[in-house]
Amino acid sequence: MTSIPGLFAIGEANFSDHGANRLGASALMQGLADGYFVLPYTIQNYLADQIQVPRMSTDLPEFVEAEKGVQDKINKLMSIQGTESVDSIHKRLGHIMWEYVGMGRTKEGLETAMKKLKELKKEFWSNVYIPGEANTLNTELEKALRLSDFLEIGYLMAIDGYNRNESCGGHFREEYQTEEGEALRQDDQYSYVACWKYTGENSDPELLKEPLDYEETERKTRNYKN
Amino acid sequence: MEKLINITLKVWRQRGPQEKGAFETYQLENISTESSFLEMLDVLNEKLVKERKEPVVFDHDCREGICGMCSLYINGHPHGKDQEVTTCQLHMRRFNDGDTITIEPWRSAAFPVIRDLMVDRSAFDKIMQAGGYTSVNTGGIPDANAIPIPKPVADEAMDAASCIGCGACVAACKNGSAMLFVSAKVSQLALLPQGKVEAAKRVKSMIAKMDELGFGNCTNTRACEAECPKAVSISNIARLNREFICAKLKD
Repeated sequence: MTSIPGLFAIGEANFSDHGANRLGASALMQGLADGYFVLPYTIQNYLADQIQVPRMSTDLPEFVEAEKGVQDKINKLMSIQGTESVDSIHKRLGHIMWEYVGMGRTKEGLETAMKKLKELKKEFWSNVYIPGEANTLNTELEKALRLSDFLEIGYLMAIDGYNRNESCGGHFREEYQTEEGEALRQDDQYSYVACWKYTGENSDPELLKEPLDYEETERKTRNYKN
Repeated sequence: MEKLINITLKVWRQRGPQEKGAFETYQLENISTESSFLEMLDVLNEKLVKERKEPVVFDHDCREGICGMCSLYINGHPHGKDQEVTTCQLHMRRFNDGDTITIEPWRSAAFPVIRDLMVDRSAFDKIMQAGGYTSVNTGGIPDANAIPIPKPVADEAMDAASCIGCGACVAACKNGSAMLFVSAKVSQLALLPQGKVEAAKRVKSMIAKMDELGFGNCTNTRACEAECPKAVSISNIARLNREFICAKLKD
């Protein structure tokens, strides 16, 4: 269970519990390990408590607020009636991410990306065109809602890459590399687990950190040479 | 080699399950033969949105032939004329300049049209929920060789398990039968020791659910097998019938 009672996170969302933590292997391994070994012996205890919790009413202020938020967002998207299709903005987002926020990124590139992403987000919210109505099956609206999230996460990835002045794992800041072209970490500054807190529509997110303290093990650099 | 072709599309448009549908004709120019069929539809939709018209609704997800979401009845064949491919793996190089391509949704009483080319295939989920699982507690991880399974049996189970539940078999069948799907799902479990425990109960509940949901019966026309993108064999249907008869006899 997460720190939110009743909200469970397991498998891919479990983030890290084994050493094979790299792209692909981590998500798949965690799904398999949690599903096969962990869940059958743990979930019952949590669910047993949950069964006593009465069903939440949809009149609760939190529900009403969340529903209104979604409805407002849909109304806003439908009312823009601009000239750009959802797909064309999505493709432009893809190009920015591909060009500047790939595995190898630089300070300048990330600055450009943040600037371009801000402009693109502005264009999306002022010039997207969604045909049809909101109260029927509308695949363009569905795509637009997803794209509004992708614009946020894309910007967040750029900020995160910009903030981290080191190379580590899949984040390779070209300024930070050894003479042999390997990733150069800055453990004195970036040895922490972190997440970004959403602070509202038009302000930058806030970085929340938890330091990584190793008591038993010694930090090393992974290399494939020996 | 990449070529650009001009095509005419006749697409089934239907606003909702209860509304009357009709074919609409669209002209597409300069379609790359390197693009996939779904990418061609993306081009069509981009064009429609630019003209401030509503795009064609169709199902798609992974676009690499494994999720079972894409459907489409193309020129009279589920997933098009090519063998062993899903619509997303069908490429425009299979068509010629000047071709007219007719695109329809899956047509079957058990798969009502939601909109345009998108149909409701939740009937398959209901069949799976009726018994397509093992509920026995298998305990800890057994040693790899603790339960010996002959290789031909494992292979047969694996072949049955290659069904992606797309529904092409139902769409291809003149009876709207889901027997190929149900037989694949029953077989993948019935062939293996872990699935045998609940085999009788499983086959009876899945068949009962299939009948209840309005799927037709099998008359061995083999259209399902011919159109299945994963080449699931109708020998599974024979196994399903055998499993069913044995289960009934035990009652």
